[in-house]
Amino acid sequence: MTTTGTTPPPTPVPGEVKPRRAIAKREDAAAPGAGKANWLVKLALVILCFLWIVPTLGIVVTAFRTPDAANTSGWWTVITSPLDFTQYTLSNYSQAWNEGMGNAFINSFAVTLPATVIPIMIAAFAAYAFTFMEFPFRDSLFVLIVALLVVPNQVALVPLLQIYGNVGLTGQFAAVYLAHIGFGMPLAIYILRNYMSTLPKAVVESAKIDGASHFKTFWRLIVPMSVPALASFAIFQFLWVWNDLLIALLFLGPGEKEVVTVTVAGLVGSQNQGWQLLTAGAIISMIVPVLVFISLQRFFVRGLTAGSVKG
Amino acid sequence: MIRLINALLAIVGGVGAALLLYWVLNKLVETFPAKWEERLKPWVFIGPAVAAIGLFLVYPAIRTFILSFANARSTAWVGFENYSDLLGSEAFRQTLYNTLLWIAVVPAVTVALGLGVAVLADRLGPQSEKLSKSIIFLPMAISGVGQATIWRFIYEARPEGEPQIGLQNAVWTALGFDPVAWLQVDTLHFNSFLLMIILIWAQVGFSMVLLSAAVKGVPVDTLEAARIDGANERQIFFRVIVPQIWATVITVFITVLISVMKIFDVVYVMTNGNFNTDVIAVNFFNELFRNGNNGRASAIVVMLMIAVLPVIIYQVRHFRAEEAAR
Repeated sequence: MTTTGTTPPPTPVPGEVKPRRAIAKREDAAAPGAGKANWLVKLALVILCFLWIVPTLGIVVTAFRTPDAANTSGWWTVITSPLDFTQYTLSNYSQAWNEGMGNAFINSFAVTLPATVIPIMIAAFAAYAFTFMEFPFRDSLFVLIVALLVVPNQVALVPLLQIYGNVGLTGQFAAVYLAHIGFGMPLAIYILRNYMSTLPKAVVESAKIDGASHFKTFWRLIVPMSVPALASFAIFQFLWVWNDLLIALLFLGPGEKEVVTVTVAGLVGSQNQGWQLLTAGAIISMIVPVLVFISLQRFFVRGLTAGSVKG
Repeated sequence: MIRLINALLAIVGGVGAALLLYWVLNKLVETFPAKWEERLKPWVFIGPAVAAIGLFLVYPAIRTFILSFANARSTAWVGFENYSDLLGSEAFRQTLYNTLLWIAVVPAVTVALGLGVAVLADRLGPQSEKLSKSIIFLPMAISGVGQATIWRFIYEARPEGEPQIGLQNAVWTALGFDPVAWLQVDTLHFNSFLLMIILIWAQVGFSMVLLSAAVKGVPVDTLEAARIDGANERQIFFRVIVPQIWATVITVFITVLISVMKIFDVVYVMTNGNFNTDVIAVNFFNELFRNGNNGRASAIVVMLMIAVLPVIIYQVRHFRAEEAAR
C-alpha cells in the first residue's frame, strides 16, 4: 500500500497544518488544475525528477560494479555498455556485509527498536492525562513540552556524556536508546495529546459514568482509538533513530557496537577500501528506512507534519 | 543474534517494567480516599514521562549552561572565558558566519523549490503527480550519512589525466577544464554552497508535501472568483494562493531553519568542517569529542540555544493561538 502522501488524511490529524480548512478541501480527482499541464510544466518536472534521482542512481549502480570498473570509469558508462556483464557483481554486498555492515545492521536494530517502542507507552499515558484529566500546572507543563520540541538535542549531550561515564553506560546500547527515549518524549506526547483531543469527550465521560476507572478507559478505549497517531510517531521515531549519527557516534562510537551510520561514516573516511564497498555499505544502511518509508509513507507524513521541528 | 534477543529483551523488559510500574502505582493510588485518588492519579499517568524529560532534557540543559562557565574538564570556574575565547577566535567567527550563510540560503530556497514543485505537480494527472512527488520525497528517508555518501560521489575529484568517476568533474572536464577538488574550493564559500545543495536536495520533498497539502486545501471558489474577475495565473498564485497558504509556508520555513541550525552529519561526513566549511554543530562535536573540552562545547550549545530562543517563543505563541482557536 503505497501512497505518496499527496492526499491529506481525511481525519483531522494532530498538528496538521490548517486542519480547520479541511472542510473546504477540494476533491483530488476533481482538482480543476489536474491534467491541464502544458509541455513546459511537464518538461520542468521531468528535469527536476531527473536531477533528484541521478545522485542516488550513481551509488545504486556503483554498488553492483566490480572494484575495477567502479574505480576506473564513471558509473554512467554503464549506459553505453549495459550488456557488458563482466562489470557487474553482487560480491560488494557480501563483502560489505562481512566486513562490519552485517554486524552494524543488527546493532542498529538493537538501538532502534527499544528507542521506538518504549516511549510510545510512556507518552500515551502522559498524553491521556494531559487530555482527559485535571491537575495543577497542566497547561504550563504542556507549554514546556511544546517549547522542548524545538530545543536541539545538543543541549543535553555534554552532561549526559559525563553521567554515562560515571555510571558505566558509555558504549552500551542502552546509552543510546535511553537518550532517544528522552529526546523523543516531547514529540510523542505532543502528537498523541493533539490526536486525543480530537476524540469525542463524550466517550470518556460515558465510560466514567459506567464506572470505568481512568486506567480501564485508557486501555480499552483511548489506546485502540489512537492507533493512527501511535503509528505516526513510531515511524517518525524509527527513521529518526536509525538515521541518527551524532548520538550514536558520541555514546557508542566506532567499534564492536557501532551502528550502520557510524560504519558508513567510517567507510567514507577510509576511501582506500574503494567506492564499490562504500556504496554497497551505504545501500545496506538505507534499505530499512527506505522500505519503512515507502510502505508507511502516509503515517510518516502525519508524524512529519506534527513533529518536524523536533530538535 | 544474541544482540537481537537482547534488544527484544530490552523492549519486553522496558515495556513490562513500565507497565508494572503504572499498574502498581495505580493500585496504590486507588487505596487512597477518593478525593486524594482524584488528585494523585494524573501524576501517576504523567510521572514517568515527566521524569524522562527532566532527566534527559531539562536537567542536562541546566547543567550545560553551568558547565559553559567551567574549564575543559569541568574542574574549575573560568567565568566568561569560554565565550570570549570562542568569539575572539577567527576560526569560530568563520564557523558562525558559515552557519549564518546556511540559515540565509537553505530555508528560503527549500520553501521556494518545494512550493514550485507542489504547484507544478498539482497540474499533472494523478499518476504522474504521485510518481514525481515520490521521487522528490525519497531523499527524506535517507540518513545524513547516506546523503553525504551519495553526494561525495558527485563531487569526487581524480587527478588530471585519470578518468573522472565523480559526475561533476566528468562534466567539467568534458567541457575542457581541468578537474577541480570541489570540496576544497572555499573562494566565496563555494564549498559551503555545495554542501547546502545536499540539504536542499534532501528537504525539498518535505517542503513540497506540506505545501502541496496546503495548496490543495485552498477553496476552489476563491480561485474561480479571481478568474471571473479577470486575474491571470500569476496574479492568482501570488494574490490568492500564497496568502492562503502563508501559515504553512512559515511552518516549513521554521522547520527547515531548525534543521539547518543544527546541521551535523552531512558536513561531518563530507569535510568534517575542514576547508572553511565548519558549522556550529560540527564545531561542537569536535570540541566535545576530539578535544574533550566540556566548557567550550557547552558554551557553543548555549550560543546555539540563544539563537533558537526566538523560534521557541514563536512556537509557544503559535501553539497558544491554536489552542485558543480550538
